[in-house]
Amino acid sequence: MSGRIHTSGRNRVERGAAAGLLWAALSLQALPVFAADGIVVGSKVFTEGYVLGEIAAQTVETATKEPVARKLGMGSTGIVFEALTTGAIDVYSDYTGTLAEAILKRPDLKSVEEIQRALLDMNLVMSGPLGFDDTYALAVKESFAIEHNLHSISDLQKVEGRIRAAFSYEFMDRKDGFQGIVASYHLHFAQEKVSRMEHSLTFQAIDDGAVDLIDLYSTDAKIEKSKLRVLKDDHEYFPVYQAVWVARKAFTENHPRAWQALLNLQGSISEHAMIEMNAQADIQHVSYAKIAAQFLGSEAPRSQSLKSNILQRTREHLWLVGVALLFSVLVGIPLGLIAVRFQAAGQGILIASAVIQTLPSLALLCFLIPLFGVGTKPALAALCMYSLLPVVLNTFTGIRSVDPKHVENAQAFGMTRRQVLFRIVLPLASPTILAGIKTATIVSIGTATLAALVGAGGYGAPIVSGLSLNDVPTILTGAIPAALMALIAYGLFELLGLAVIPAGLRANKPRPTRKQA
Amino acid sequence: MLALQNITKTFEGKLVLTDVNLRVPKGATHALIGSSGSGKTTLLRITLGLIPFDKGYVKINDQALSSFSPIQWADRIGYVPQDGGLFPHMSAFENVSLIAKLRGWNKQKIRVRVEELRKLVDLETVILGQYPFEMSGGQQQRVAIMRAAMMEPDVMLLDEPMAALDPLIRRSLQQELKSIFQRLGKTVLLVTHDLGEAVFLAEHITLLHEGKIVQSGTYRDLLLRPADPFVTAFINAQRTVPDAAEVA
Repeated sequence: MSGRIHTSGRNRVERGAAAGLLWAALSLQALPVFAADGIVVGSKVFTEGYVLGEIAAQTVETATKEPVARKLGMGSTGIVFEALTTGAIDVYSDYTGTLAEAILKRPDLKSVEEIQRALLDMNLVMSGPLGFDDTYALAVKESFAIEHNLHSISDLQKVEGRIRAAFSYEFMDRKDGFQGIVASYHLHFAQEKVSRMEHSLTFQAIDDGAVDLIDLYSTDAKIEKSKLRVLKDDHEYFPVYQAVWVARKAFTENHPRAWQALLNLQGSISEHAMIEMNAQADIQHVSYAKIAAQFLGSEAPRSQSLKSNILQRTREHLWLVGVALLFSVLVGIPLGLIAVRFQAAGQGILIASAVIQTLPSLALLCFLIPLFGVGTKPALAALCMYSLLPVVLNTFTGIRSVDPKHVENAQAFGMTRRQVLFRIVLPLASPTILAGIKTATIVSIGTATLAALVGAGGYGAPIVSGLSLNDVPTILTGAIPAALMALIAYGLFELLGLAVIPAGLRANKPRPTRKQA
Repeated sequence: MLALQNITKTFEGKLVLTDVNLRVPKGATHALIGSSGSGKTTLLRITLGLIPFDKGYVKINDQALSSFSPIQWADRIGYVPQDGGLFPHMSAFENVSLIAKLRGWNKQKIRVRVEELRKLVDLETVILGQYPFEMSGGQQQRVAIMRAAMMEPDVMLLDEPMAALDPLIRRSLQQELKSIFQRLGKTVLLVTHDLGEAVFLAEHITLLHEGKIVQSGTYRDLLLRPADPFVTAFINAQRTVPDAAEVA
């Protein structure tokens, strides 16, 4: 049972599109704006990925005596792999099966050598197996297995009509997942009893007795915790998923010592050791740095100090929010003006910006990835789009609510259209417009945390990784600064209001008028 | 001198003004009076050059509106909107000096002119730094007159100058307005629905009804020699009018 506990990449790696995206964000944070110069280690967004990433980082640090940047928990396979090919990271851990099927789309490549050759054509170098295998597996509760005498996947035929199953999105969608397994084992599950759900929730579902059967990774630490029995793959259907390092060829050439140190780990991580490390992380909440250090028999390195970490996140977050803010002002106000001026276009603009607002942020990020790739760009695009509505709408409303008599009077005084706009209309609408910009900014500060999902970094990075690990302190290192930033932004806008909004409009308590002549 | 000649205006196929003629001699104060819907607001807008009209002329000192640019025309007519119409986001000084500033007057020239007008309308200096919401109705009205007079217009046009003021304030302000007009020495056209105000401030009254001029003359003319039963009906409909003894 321990053999297949849970580490492998696939399951967790791609827990479904949404989670994948989330992680993607993390990966990209290395990219354009704040790219590090040194060696960068990446990882996918699941426990085993973090552990192996930390092992790699510490190994390289020991070998080179240089600090290594960690971009752990960047996202699902596709995102981390893209980060590798674009040079955002230098090395990460993956699995032979995943590389052959999900990346190379060559399920025919079975041997390590074949996969290495195919990757070399992409200027990538793959190590030999690290020593353990993490593949898909199906599991039931131990009690359920005893009750129905289940030992192998073939045995599921006995209960195929009534067994309730919950499978991860990825397992349901992969060719070598659900469809392949039912075909290979001639299983006929009742369709209404098979649900797809987020991978981490399937454990909860089986613990609660809501389902009987789930898919998992063979090195998953929760197998023991949840008292599950992994069913033997008696047809040897699931491909082999041997853990390996994948690195940029340039990295292996420029840092031969580092790469050699990583190669020295080949064959050194047993399945048992991996399950143990996963359990320490998942169940005992030991830090990755400590787990890796224990494994390597060294001192845990001092992790990046909390202060410099938060400073970096703050820079990333400010950049995201700042650009979105600038965009919303430079584009939103003119769009609001156009909406006031041209009825038909105006309705179009207002509806379009409202529709954007209704798109779930994850979905919007999904749409933007094909256009902008991963990293800061899609995150900025999404933030710009979201920040538009409050500014456009408030500009529109603010201007529409200016008393038309002031406009007519200004015209009667011989003011030009331009003078009327800049001297009368905009100043009178300024409190409303400024309120829209304030809303856009504060919403952006919150929404920008989601940018971590596509690798744009910012305060979302610790929030996302903390959520995936159920690690509240990590979440707080992102959530608290984000809340503070929102408060500070609020305060700054109050001050800005004093500067921008004409004093005559700021009166909160008009003195009684018309009392004396 | 302000002259409206044969002004005709249709709006959405309906005749709103029919052949309106009005003449305010230089330095005179004239009231255009009518109930709502009479066309007086339309006529006011036409006079200000804000809306086009179908036929006729608007002239100041025998020069037609059409021969001026909108800016030039605006500077010929000092407009005091209803209730003063001060821009709420500007101080009294900013309101008064706005147009001069836009026309490129230098600060010194602006200061001198504002001070001149301030004395003329008898406004305390401190008020110049205040915003409209801080001022009384009467102060707002005086600032609005300063603003209208700033560019040395030939004609002052006032729209319901005291509509929103309460009756007591109105009475004292009326008195002041009259003397301000005298000191300004401008041609003044006052648009109002209030006969009492018209009678008090203006030598001549023109009564507009359904887009046509019903009668033009002194109050005495209107009262004693009504051109139409409507004139008498209009006068009698006013809540407080001077009695015959006062008129005589």
